[in-house]
Parts: sequence; structure tokens; C-alpha cells
Amino acid sequence: MSILETFGLALQNIWASKVRTLLTMLGIIIGVTAVIVIVGLGNGMQNYMRDSFASLGTNQLTVMISGRGSSRSISVDEMYQLVEDNASLLDGLSPTVSVMGQIKVDTETLSSSVTGVGEDYLDMKGLTLAQGRGIQYADVSERRTVCVVGAYVAREYFQNNAVGQTLRVNGRKVSIVGVLEQQEDDMDEGGSDDCLYLPYSTASRFFSGGQVSSYMVTVADEDRINDAQTVLEDALYAVFGDSDSYTVSNMAAALETMNSMIGMVITILALIAGISLLVGGIGIMNIMLVSVSERTREIGIRKALGAREGVILRQFVIEAATTSGLGGLFGIALGYLLSRVATVVITNLTETAITVSPSLAAVAMASGISIAIGVLFGFLPARKAARLNPIDALRYD
Amino acid sequence: METLIEFRQVCKYYRMGEETVVAADHIDMTIQRGEFVAIVGQSGSGKSTCMNIIGCLDVPSEGVYLLDGQNVGQLSAKKLAAIRNKMLGFIFQQYNLLPKQSILENVEVPLMYAGVPRGERRRRAMEALEQVGLADKYRHRPSQLSGGQQQRASIARALAGRPAIILADEPTGALDSHTGREVLSMLQDVHRQGNTVVLITHDNSIACQAQRIIRLEDGRVVYDGDPHAPQAVVRHRPGGEEAAQ
Ligand SMILES: Nc1ncnc2c1ncn2[C@@H]1O[C@H](COP(=O)(O)OP(=O)(O)OP(=O)(O)O)[C@@H](O)[C@H]1O
Ligand SMILES: [Mg+2]
Repeated sequence: MSILETFGLALQNIWASKVRTLLTMLGIIIGVTAVIVIVGLGNGMQNYMRDSFASLGTNQLTVMISGRGSSRSISVDEMYQLVEDNASLLDGLSPTVSVMGQIKVDTETLSSSVTGVGEDYLDMKGLTLAQGRGIQYADVSERRTVCVVGAYVAREYFQNNAVGQTLRVNGRKVSIVGVLEQQEDDMDEGGSDDCLYLPYSTASRFFSGGQVSSYMVTVADEDRINDAQTVLEDALYAVFGDSDSYTVSNMAAALETMNSMIGMVITILALIAGISLLVGGIGIMNIMLVSVSERTREIGIRKALGAREGVILRQFVIEAATTSGLGGLFGIALGYLLSRVATVVITNLTETAITVSPSLAAVAMASGISIAIGVLFGFLPARKAARLNPIDALRYD
Repeated sequence: METLIEFRQVCKYYRMGEETVVAADHIDMTIQRGEFVAIVGQSGSGKSTCMNIIGCLDVPSEGVYLLDGQNVGQLSAKKLAAIRNKMLGFIFQQYNLLPKQSILENVEVPLMYAGVPRGERRRRAMEALEQVGLADKYRHRPSQLSGGQQQRASIARALAGRPAIILADEPTGALDSHTGREVLSMLQDVHRQGNTVVLITHDNSIACQAQRIIRLEDGRVVYDGDPHAPQAVVRHRPGGEEAAQ
């Protein structure tokens, strides 16, 4: 009796008790669905993180100078020198000065983010201009009150005709010299396109405390970002003699930490969902035990007609594996369906574009595990059936 | 003649709590190839016990059973399954057809376990069904057939694998006398084709059709021989036991 025939027989038996089989499969279906959706959600979150970090830049280091614990400090020029000295690892530098304040166009108040930057900043960020010019060295050295605005600001407040116009930052008049290319598909208030860049010298002199305390550094080679960080830290330590006086943070490392945290949470959730697979397996074992006692007479007849123990064993194991395998198949289908639904729901509820994307590995694992569960939990009842004494089985009713 | 079935001091005990039931008590008998033997006896006399041992469905508690010269007690479960499949064909009082399968599929079962390929299996099963006059009903489920038809189907199943020995445990027990005679004549046909037939029955008129009668009482053989001898017929009155001896 070939495996194929045994399989056919198993399908026949499963079909003969459809409702029962479906109920038996439920545990497996739920388990597989849950695992697929959860792993898909994890993938979605990691992708989302990667994309948002990529826009922040994974080739960037951020340096914050607090000066705490040291009487020394470092000037902007010294920072430029430091980067130049390590040109093999470090590529570009720009001071960044965050400006808190009120921006007004005539009587309207804007909520755009305002940052003071160096002349290389837009390049380092990969930002390109749609109109006008960027921040130049002369703007920085002469502390000109000029700025570059994001596409959103230009569209909303200047009808896309911003160059040459003026706005007021904390009451001081600033003229617009350039407009950035649109970055996001849907520009929105508070988005990346709702921004304003000034020369850092202007920003620190007129709009904040006068000190420049944070820098953005780009690295020459993204793969060696950790070396670059070390070099930078060592150089700063040499200046301050105290590691509390500065911090160097690494976006790529932060992303990695985030990803591994998400990965851990997802693994734990998937394991919890996997418990349902175990419960499903026990359900299958239960129903197979019932099936074996219900079919004791059939087993007796088959043995009387010459079925070997191995054949009976195979028949029941394949039946259990088919049941759980079918459950796994339904679970995969349902998992994909729910992933679609979850994507839509999450996008609408949280307005973050997380795509729940089930991974093939999860699908392969889920189907493998569900079949393995069938074999594992089907084995005990099947062996019970196979070992029945033919005459006892025939007499049973 | 060639000995096919040989019992040497075969005993079968069943333990029921404290008590031990002796279902077969030192039975000696031999059945030759091609014989038609009827085993008779009162209810509980041990007929089915003997039949199950002959059919390798059960093993003796004591003694030796030789089937075609092989000591069955020493064979593995796998060998026994092969013997049941190739040498033996069973016909049960309760038909024991698989209820969820068609008559044709039922008849195919022993061939399937013998590893006969699908096409030939189908052909041989149909042949067996023709032999018992059920070819037109091959797609029916057992529950859609009358008792007599079901028993014919089970005969077809027993014949399909062309076993050397046909074992029938009260095949006519659940049938009316007319259908019973039909089944008996089928068994006689099978015997004429050279098969060894062992038949268990209560019915004297049926037992008399055999070549030889073995009468059991309380697990012992009390008569073995000509079906037409006066001792072969059991008398249902007090003292009947002595009369039979
Ligand atoms: N599985 C069993 N457990 C206990 N006792 C049994 C078992 N099978 C048979 N017996 C006993 O063995 C004895 C012989 O039983 P057996 O079935 O061989 O009788 P039989 O001649 O076939 O009777 P019948 O004509 O009613 O079928 C009986 O006393 C019966 O109670
Ligand atoms: Mg009996």
C-alpha cells in the first residue's frame, strides 16, 4: 500500500467527518495564523524603523557637548579641525543649533522646526534645492539673517514663491534665499517639509544662548561607522579628559538596538502564539485517540485481512499529519488575509505606514511545525491502533 | 494427502478475574489440503476460539499450531500479517465489511495489503464480485445491501486474494435458510476449485454438506469424522453428550 494511497485514505476519512476535523484543526489554524501575523507585524515594524532611520541617516554620528565635569571646551573651528585630522573615517561636519521661538509670516504663526546649520549641512543630509540657493560659507561667517525653507512652508505661506520674501523669527526679520525639494509624498504640518534652516552662527548669536553644543558628523564609510565613532570619542576625550563632557551617538547602532528589541518582543509573542500550536497538537491527539477507539473494529478487520502494524501506524500518523497540515494551510491563508487587514487597520488608526509582511521563513516554519505536531501527537494513538490484538479489535463494539 | 493445518495439544485459556475459562482443552487435529471441514458444537464449546487460532488472529496459550509446516507461535507479527493476507480468507457471521467504503473497495482491501497494483487489483476484485453475482452492485456501500448480499461481498473479499484456506465462522448465522443455502453452495464451489474450507455452523443440515465434521464440547474434540454417521448429529436432550460419544 503506497504512501499516496494511504494519503488518499486519510483524506477520505477526514472528509467523512468534516466538522469534527475542522474543530480539531482550529487550534493549529489559530496558532499558525497568530505566528504569521505576529512575525509579519515584527517585520513591518523593523522595516518601518529602518526606513525612518534611513531618512535620519545611518551614516551619521551626532555629537553633543555638555562640558559637564571639565573646565575645557571645544570651539567650532577645533571641531572642524578634528574632523579634518581624521579624514580617513570622518567625512563632513556641521554644527546644529536648535532654535526655539516664534516664526511669523505677517500675522500667521508657523510651527516649523528651525535649525541653525553649517554650509555643508544640506549636502550631508542629501537635501536638494528646488529654488534659490543654500546656506553658504559667507552667510555663516557674516552671520547673515537668511534662511532656506522646506517645501511645505513655501507652499502654505508663500504660494510657492518664497525666494526673496521675508519672515520673522522671534521678531527678527529673516529673508528667504532658497526652497528645498519636497521630501514626503504627503506634506503635512510638522512633517519633514515643514522646516527652516539658518546659518548656525546667526542662529546661535540671535536666537539661542550663543554656544554651539551639537554637531552632525558624516562618516566616510558606513560599514566602519563604529570605528569612526571610536576615533571621534577618543579625540574628544583627549580634549576634555572626561567622558561625561560629550556624547557621540550612532544612528546605525540605535537602529540595531531598536531592531533587536523589536525582534525579541516579536519572538516572545510568537512563542506565546506557538503555545496555541501545542494546544492544537493535543487536540489532534485527543481526536485521534477517539478515532482509534471508534474504529477499533475497522482496525481489527484490516488486520484480519493482512494489514501489517506498520501500515496501520502509517495510516493513522498520516491522517493526523494531514489534519494538522491542512490546519496549517488554512492558518497560512488566514494569516496572509489578516496581515492585509492589519496593515490597513494600523495605517488608518496610527497614521504610520507599517506594512504587516509575513516572511516566507515564518510560513515555512509554521507549516513544518504543524505537520510535525500532527506526526508527533498522532504517533501515540496510531501506535495504540497498530498494536491492537486483531481478535480483540474484531470483537470490540 | 498433504497436511495443511495441525493442532498439537492446543489449549486456550481466558483469565476472568479469579477464574480461568478453558476455551480449548488439549485439542489435537489435522486438516488436509483441499478438505471441506465443518466444526460444530454448542454455544461456548470453543469453535470460534479454534477458528481464530487457525486464522492466526489469536495464538494458543499452550501447545503447537503448525500451518503448512510452520510453527505459528514462533512467527513475528509481520509474518503473521503476511500469512493472514496471502494464505487465509475470512468470512464472518457479521460480514465485517468496512462501512464507509464501497463493495469494490472492500474487496480490494486484501489485494491492496498484498501490494497488487491498482489496475490489476480492480480487475481481480471485479472478477471476485462477478463470481458471487454482485458485479452490478460494486459501487454500493455495505449498508445499501441486504444481509445475503453483504455476506456474498465478504465471500468475494475472502476469495479475491486467492488464499489456500477459507475460514467461515457461522457465515449463515444471520441469514434465512434459503440465502444460507446459497452461501453454502458458494462455499462448495470454492471447495471444488481446490480450496481448503473450514466452516463453523450450528446448523446440522449445513454441517452435513461438509466432507467431515469435527464436534467440540467444552473445548475438547468429541467427534471427528464422517458427517453422515449417527454420532455426528448432536441430540438436544439430557444425556445427549454420552449419546454423541
Ligand atoms: N475474550 C474472551 N475472554 C474471556 N472468555 C472468552 C473470550 N473468548 C471466548 N471466551 C470463552 O471461551 C469459551 C469458548 O468461546 P467461543 O467463542 O470459542 O465459543 P463458540 O463455540 O464459538 O460459541 P458460539 O457458538 O456461541 O459462537 C466460552 O466459554 C467463552 O466464554
Ligand atoms: Mg463463535
